[in-house]
Amino acid sequence: MTADKPLISLQNVNKHYGDYHALRSINLDIKQGEFFSLLGPSGCGKTTLLRTIAGFEDYDTGAVMISDRDMRGVPANKRPTNMVFQSYAIFPHLSVIENVAFGLRKSKMSKTDKMLAAEAALEMVGLKGYGHRAAHALSGGQRQRVALARALVLKPKVLLLDEPLSALDRKMREQMQVELIKLQREVGITFILVTHDQEEALVMSDRIAVMFEGEIAQCDDPEILYRKPNSKRVADFIGVMNFLPATVRKEGETYLATIAGLGETEITEAQCPGGVPLQNDNGGEATVGFRPETLTLLYEGQTATHREAPAVVDEVVYYGDMTYYDVRFEGVEKPVRISMRNIFGRDVLGVGTQVRVSWSPGALVVFDQSA
Amino acid sequence: MKSLKTYAVLYLIFLYAPIFLLPLFAFNSSTIIAFPLESFTTEWFTQLLTLSEMHGALLNSLKIAVTSAVLATTLGIFAAMAVSRYSFPGQKGIMGFIMLPLVLPEIIVAVSLLIVILRMGFDTGAWSVIAGHTLICTPFAIAILQSAFAALDPSLEEAAYDLGETPASTFRLVTLPLVMPGIISALLISFTISMDEFIIAFFLTGAEPTLPVYLFSMLRFPKLLPAVMALGTILVVLSILLITIAEFFRRRGAKRTGNDTGGFL
Amino acid sequence: MAASDRIRRFFRTEQGIGMLLVSPTALYALLLLAVPLIAIFVISFWTQTGVRDFDTAFTLANYKEALTDPLYRQLMLRSLMVSGLVTLITVVLAFPIAYFVSFGVKPEHKSLWIFLITIPFWTSYLIRVFLWKVILGYNGVLNSGLKLVGLIDEPLSFILYNVNAVIITLAHAYAPFAILPIFVALEKIDRSLLEASRDLGESRTMTFLRVTLPLAAPGVVAAVLIVFIPTIGDYVTPRLVGGPGGLMIANMIQTQFLRLNNAPLGATLAVLAMLIVAVIAVAFLLLGNRAAGGKKGARK
Repeated sequence: MTADKPLISLQNVNKHYGDYHALRSINLDIKQGEFFSLLGPSGCGKTTLLRTIAGFEDYDTGAVMISDRDMRGVPANKRPTNMVFQSYAIFPHLSVIENVAFGLRKSKMSKTDKMLAAEAALEMVGLKGYGHRAAHALSGGQRQRVALARALVLKPKVLLLDEPLSALDRKMREQMQVELIKLQREVGITFILVTHDQEEALVMSDRIAVMFEGEIAQCDDPEILYRKPNSKRVADFIGVMNFLPATVRKEGETYLATIAGLGETEITEAQCPGGVPLQNDNGGEATVGFRPETLTLLYEGQTATHREAPAVVDEVVYYGDMTYYDVRFEGVEKPVRISMRNIFGRDVLGVGTQVRVSWSPGALVVFDQSA
Repeated sequence: MKSLKTYAVLYLIFLYAPIFLLPLFAFNSSTIIAFPLESFTTEWFTQLLTLSEMHGALLNSLKIAVTSAVLATTLGIFAAMAVSRYSFPGQKGIMGFIMLPLVLPEIIVAVSLLIVILRMGFDTGAWSVIAGHTLICTPFAIAILQSAFAALDPSLEEAAYDLGETPASTFRLVTLPLVMPGIISALLISFTISMDEFIIAFFLTGAEPTLPVYLFSMLRFPKLLPAVMALGTILVVLSILLITIAEFFRRRGAKRTGNDTGGFL
Repeated sequence: MAASDRIRRFFRTEQGIGMLLVSPTALYALLLLAVPLIAIFVISFWTQTGVRDFDTAFTLANYKEALTDPLYRQLMLRSLMVSGLVTLITVVLAFPIAYFVSFGVKPEHKSLWIFLITIPFWTSYLIRVFLWKVILGYNGVLNSGLKLVGLIDEPLSFILYNVNAVIITLAHAYAPFAILPIFVALEKIDRSLLEASRDLGESRTMTFLRVTLPLAAPGVVAAVLIVFIPTIGDYVTPRLVGGPGGLMIANMIQTQFLRLNNAPLGATLAVLAMLIVAVIAVAFLLLGNRAAGGKKGARK
């Protein structure tokens, strides 16, 4: 397979449940060896899309191609994909090793080879020696690993993971995230992960498709998604983003934005992922967004690197290593969140303190007001 | 709660009183079923061995109960799978109708079946009792099987399919073993109901009586009453044994699929 | 071609597979339940002329006879009264048991209790009824016991071969039917609701009246119907312990069919009994809904 040819290609896939448009014109290419995530709120169609690739769901129009082969009419049991289910779906009447070897039943391997392959898969997921345990006696994390081993032992072209970590507690989840990344690098198989947890997606994925209401809103690598979300909706879903109303106008070849509470600044076309929001030649209404960590509270004697604006502290949320300040700029009702690393010897400011806030125009993202 | 517990224990005594009396009279040497008791005897049990008509009735009942249990459980599997997996138009109405014999007085089932059978010119016999028993056992089988199927995580079957099995082999390798306890439980319960059922058998049995029909005719002869007590003791012990086994399987199934809800049915 | 294709596609959808799967069972119920029930309804308008022959001309004569003959009317009224009393007694006696098992028994012992309660139901109905005859008889267990203790000199005669005996025996037979639905309803009650009520200042008794009882209402309604409907058609109990004064409508239906060879009249009595039960059941459901519906809001 050539490097630039996608392993999976979804072409204009549409699906309806009755009147409900579950998947809207999905176009997506996923490369061999990628760790790809489908991210979105519940009901956005991400699981439906995953199950469409697996062959559990039919679609109305479009094409699902895996390795250049049209998958229409190919049932789930004949596809080169394997799935890790949200509930793990460990067969309760079989032992761990029987679970892992389940998919090998029809393979032409000898019985010994099958057992060896299953043992190797168990070892790969860190469950060496667990083979003869009863499946129902496993913990959540162990079930997860058995489900992984069971799918990987068949060496699928694509491993599909349906919210595999959502049932685990926080600590276990973070540990499994790291293990999954390592495992994926080790086996080199394409992983497609469905998750509603944006942090999880950012940590694990090479690329992420953010979905809303059956549509892919944006598909990029984690850094671009975080820094350059192409819509307010995506910006709001991934991390925390402050929004302030603004007006944009064009003067010669430059664009100028007047932002409530912050004043006027020059912006570039690159800062407008959805296009410069100019409704007419003279200008237009816009919303600017900026992440909490792009703002800094200035203490006595500090000066701004770029621009500064006066504000009042409205709310303080102390997190130990960080403090979140909600501040209000002059003339703006809506508070803006600023995250500050706590430094030893520096006081946490109280509510009502008059402060100066440093901000940099280059960190702004400009959206159409409506989007 | 303490007084409630006392009440509950008294209530259980009330529920079990008749059953406890059975063995007392079955092993009592007096031919009159009344207190005070006389002496211990197993005479009435040996007398059962001589009642050849009863042996015929027993065989007839066994034949009917086994057939009805298999038919009712098979029909129950279809319906339980349909409701626990799929939703289809008219589901509530169709299922409500299938479950209707649960509350319908058995005499209504009996006379309506009788009239159709006679009207169509057939003769009643073991087959018509089987038809009626299958009808009344199916709702019980559905109730048991439905919870067995509902407890089964559908992604288990999807997982098997995803791992390369066909729908048929998925059923054989995953579905069947996991609902087997439910199936066994449904078979045993249906068998028990059919063995004990009287009214439908009374109307539809024709020339060969079932065990309860024969027992009913025994009640008219005071001389035979101690033997009835002996037979009743055996039947009750067997029923309790079967029901306990059924409960054991049902609960094992629930444990396997990970949700033991406790109650019976 | 297009139509058959559409049909084939339908049977691959969720709904289609469901329909296909349920059809054997549904068909069986249709042939062996719906058809006979319709048949009995139709025959109730016919007249018997020979052993297996009918005059199929439409007539209301059977209904006229069933409704005007005092014998039938008396049997019907007695059946209703017995059913009503049995329902009342079983449900009232059953509620504390269901409540005890749901609230007073450790979770791991609940299924054992329920199992113990249901066991007698699975043993031969005929034998159980006959044993009540033994217990309540002139020289029965109860009388000889009471005489032995010295509470009575003469055996009590009002407890066998009359309506009282029928009611006691039926109340015993249908006990598990009343306990189970109430127990299930009580089990479904979120225990934190009761704590919330206590927290909001209600006493135990008022919590029971304002929270537990209304939430258990669906179970009580189910219990009432599940006992009332089948008892009205009971044959064995009145036959064995009822004596001539305790007979019920099912005994007359049997007599008409098997002794008097008047199937149309038997069918009419069966149809009427079912009709009356259905009307009472629906009226009860509507009343129950109205009583509960005003306060409850969205129902599941």
